[in-house]
Amino acid sequence: MIRQTLLGAVAALAFALPAAAQDFAITNATVATGDGSEPIENATIVVQNGRVTAVGSGVPVPAGVPVADGAGAWVTPGLFATVTELGLWDVGAVSESNDTGASGSPFSAALDVAPAINPQSQHVKVSRAGGITHAAVAAMPASSIFGGQGAIIDLGDDPDPVVRPRAFQVVALGEGGARRAGGSRVSAHALFRNALREARQYGEDASISGTASRAPETRTGDDMPLDPRLVDNEAQRDDVLLSRFDAAALVPVVNGSQKLYVVVERAADIRSVLALRDEFPALDLVLVGASEGWLVADEIAAAGVPVIADGLDDLPGSFEELGSTQSNVGRMVRAGVKVAINASAMEQPRYLPQFAGNLVALSKLPGAAGLTWGQAFAAISSVPAQISGLGADAGTLSVGQAGDIVIWDGDPLEVSSAPVRVYIDGIQQPMDNHQTRLAERYRDLDTSDLPKAYDW
Amino acid sequence: MKRFHRLAVGVGLASLALAGCATTGSSDAASASDTKATRGRSGADPAPYASTYKPYPGVPTALVGATVYDGAGGEIRDGIVLFADGKVVGIGDASLTVPAGYTRIDGTGKFVTPGIIDIHSHLGDYPTPSVQAHSDGNEATSPTTPEVWAEHSVWPQDPGFTRALANGGVTALQILPGSANLMGGRSVTLKNVPSRTVQGMKFPGAPYGLKMACGENPKRVYGSRGRMPSTRMGNFAVNRQTWLDAKEYDGKRRDLAKETLKGVLDGEILVHNHCYRADEMALVMDMAKEMGYKVTAFHHAVESYKIGDLLRENEVCSAVWADWYGFKMEAYDGIPQNAALIHNQGACVIIHSDDANGIQRLNQEAAKAQAAGRRIGIDIADHNVISWITLNAAKAMGIADLTGSLEAGKMADVVLWNGDPLSVYSRPEKVWVDGALLFDAMDSKRRPVSDFELGQPGEGDVK
Repeated sequence: MIRQTLLGAVAALAFALPAAAQDFAITNATVATGDGSEPIENATIVVQNGRVTAVGSGVPVPAGVPVADGAGAWVTPGLFATVTELGLWDVGAVSESNDTGASGSPFSAALDVAPAINPQSQHVKVSRAGGITHAAVAAMPASSIFGGQGAIIDLGDDPDPVVRPRAFQVVALGEGGARRAGGSRVSAHALFRNALREARQYGEDASISGTASRAPETRTGDDMPLDPRLVDNEAQRDDVLLSRFDAAALVPVVNGSQKLYVVVERAADIRSVLALRDEFPALDLVLVGASEGWLVADEIAAAGVPVIADGLDDLPGSFEELGSTQSNVGRMVRAGVKVAINASAMEQPRYLPQFAGNLVALSKLPGAAGLTWGQAFAAISSVPAQISGLGADAGTLSVGQAGDIVIWDGDPLEVSSAPVRVYIDGIQQPMDNHQTRLAERYRDLDTSDLPKAYDW
Repeated sequence: MKRFHRLAVGVGLASLALAGCATTGSSDAASASDTKATRGRSGADPAPYASTYKPYPGVPTALVGATVYDGAGGEIRDGIVLFADGKVVGIGDASLTVPAGYTRIDGTGKFVTPGIIDIHSHLGDYPTPSVQAHSDGNEATSPTTPEVWAEHSVWPQDPGFTRALANGGVTALQILPGSANLMGGRSVTLKNVPSRTVQGMKFPGAPYGLKMACGENPKRVYGSRGRMPSTRMGNFAVNRQTWLDAKEYDGKRRDLAKETLKGVLDGEILVHNHCYRADEMALVMDMAKEMGYKVTAFHHAVESYKIGDLLRENEVCSAVWADWYGFKMEAYDGIPQNAALIHNQGACVIIHSDDANGIQRLNQEAAKAQAAGRRIGIDIADHNVISWITLNAAKAMGIADLTGSLEAGKMADVVLWNGDPLSVYSRPEKVWVDGALLFDAMDSKRRPVSDFELGQPGEGDVK
């Protein structure tokens, strides 16, 4: 009854949900740091002022810090779900509640998910209860090959979910991009190159106009200084396909100050994406999907491009995924590619541990390439944090990192396990949601005194 | 990028399936050859498209030393499972004598279950690659199409069958037409064996099912075309009138739709009803009583936990996911404790997939549902949880006398797992269908490759 012991111990730390970070220490825990190493038994972790201040075997607990005996329970960093729709929808098929795509929008690259994210979404709450403390939120390409600018959020129970707005731009190449570009990959690449050239020109215009050095006075919707070109553009601009808003949004992509997530599956398409850097050397590329990544793993590794991969795809779901295999991630990791598991390839982001566990299971099968437990956990914690640009702050349990901590009732990659406590920045988080309330209400079906509507 | 894919589909016709109805009894070659004696007044062949499936050869096999879940609620540590000539010969503890001539397989540290059964699949009807040319699962041209048969859409080369075998240990599955229609057509039950023809996969003796759908899908599909039904009350009106018309069918002039509905009214075809909401399931059960048929199972029944008592009293199974929710309005109240709460009320639980990926992990989905129950104080033993993906599915598909549990005389549909099947870390090591070894993780050649995959990237890969 590890869980009972731990629940009691941790409950002693927190009588009510505090709004501020608490100092606490957990001893005698099985700590997985998330950095790719194997779990450490009988370890201690100390959190002070919302940050990890000590972790490991035999580390001392500073005087005055409340201590709980973990009784062997698992303690991990919060999970980092990359490429999600969290906070962008309530019910998928209820279009009014769904902000994940805008096929009728006049804008594309300029779209910015940050103002739309709802931290009270049930999907945020359910994912938080599943141990996810951070997520990359993306809108997917709908009206064009560009999906717009994604944000990094934390899943804390507070009004400020966005940790980093406009953290990355999304573009679909391959089959999805081809459809949106007018019908072919050829068109998608032409549109893409043209857009980046326009953005490059647009950015260069800013520096030669003689006015861009003026102190910013106003903010536009994409949070860049008001550009004089928006007021008085004397530059010669023929063949312009992008709106100024979209072009402005792509300037940080083409100059490499914003990451570009490229949705792509086929080996040949991946090669074409890697080759884009011959023309646009500053691109900070991230591959998303990459079902055939294993076929070009050495080239991806040589290019130093990280991958957010569909963890368990093994069907030829389309002609761009003929080579799909569950060994894709393992083979890329062996080749030296930095790989995170793509949350958008599963029903719910909180399946991430299950997917990671399945990759561990592969290690027992001849011919398959699996991951070690440590590698698998890193693929849902530190690696996605690094790929998303938050690696210095989140994703591992190491000194100086945010106190994003999950205490589990068992091995976190095992399907029977679940979090019992979740902390974000050292603040204990609520675990309840619409689902937990329904389960409580219908634990019995007794309506002899009053209808169920009075049971709350 | 699957998730986005799915959403897009979801907004369209999405969440497909239902299960079909069955014709009667035996559809194997033997009964088909005896058509004269069994022809009805209409002169219709009772078993067209008959099964041509024949078990593949196997050797007498003894699985020794594993933990055995028999699928019927039994559990034997250090057990022995014997099968020969395609049938289970016996199971027991270590004292069971292994007859001479049996190949012994050491199962120490491993687990044995019956073959996994998925009651809700669209493999073959929505095969991969998922291109429009392959989209054969919904005859979405009329709100009731009981005249269509899912088997006429199945593409036996769908690579999904092989993944379900190798990764999921699935040995039998019911293919349902989709849920665009109130009455989607007949299902077909298959053995998960590679074949050139669907007849070569058809489960001998399996009854047909009738797939029905209530709720959002039919009203959306037809309402968007400005025709009935466009509301839930329209759904019921069309259903009730269709049943009333079917009850008058005398069989003198063949009518494919009414032949199916008559099969349901005669109790020979099993109703598999896609239905999410508790209130709507209660109405459907009343409609079944009004019209004189029985619902065998509600599929996707995310709100069954609200009416576990009603489902128990009406002896209707719930075929559910572990924890899908929220993708459509009628799925908004889905909870991970659903299966456990249904079970706790004494009603029948089945874990289904409705998904070409999910079918590869039904064991894990069952384990998740079990764990969610444990967290609210409902402890369900492992050997009972295994029944959710074996015998309970077989019962609701009308094949429980043939498969679904390890019992002497039943088909030797058997999975040897390399660890606890309720653990994420375990995989099927060997899978037998009717005693024939059709998958072996330790033998790269004992792995089916569909025609479509030949010469393609990853041909014969571990997948």
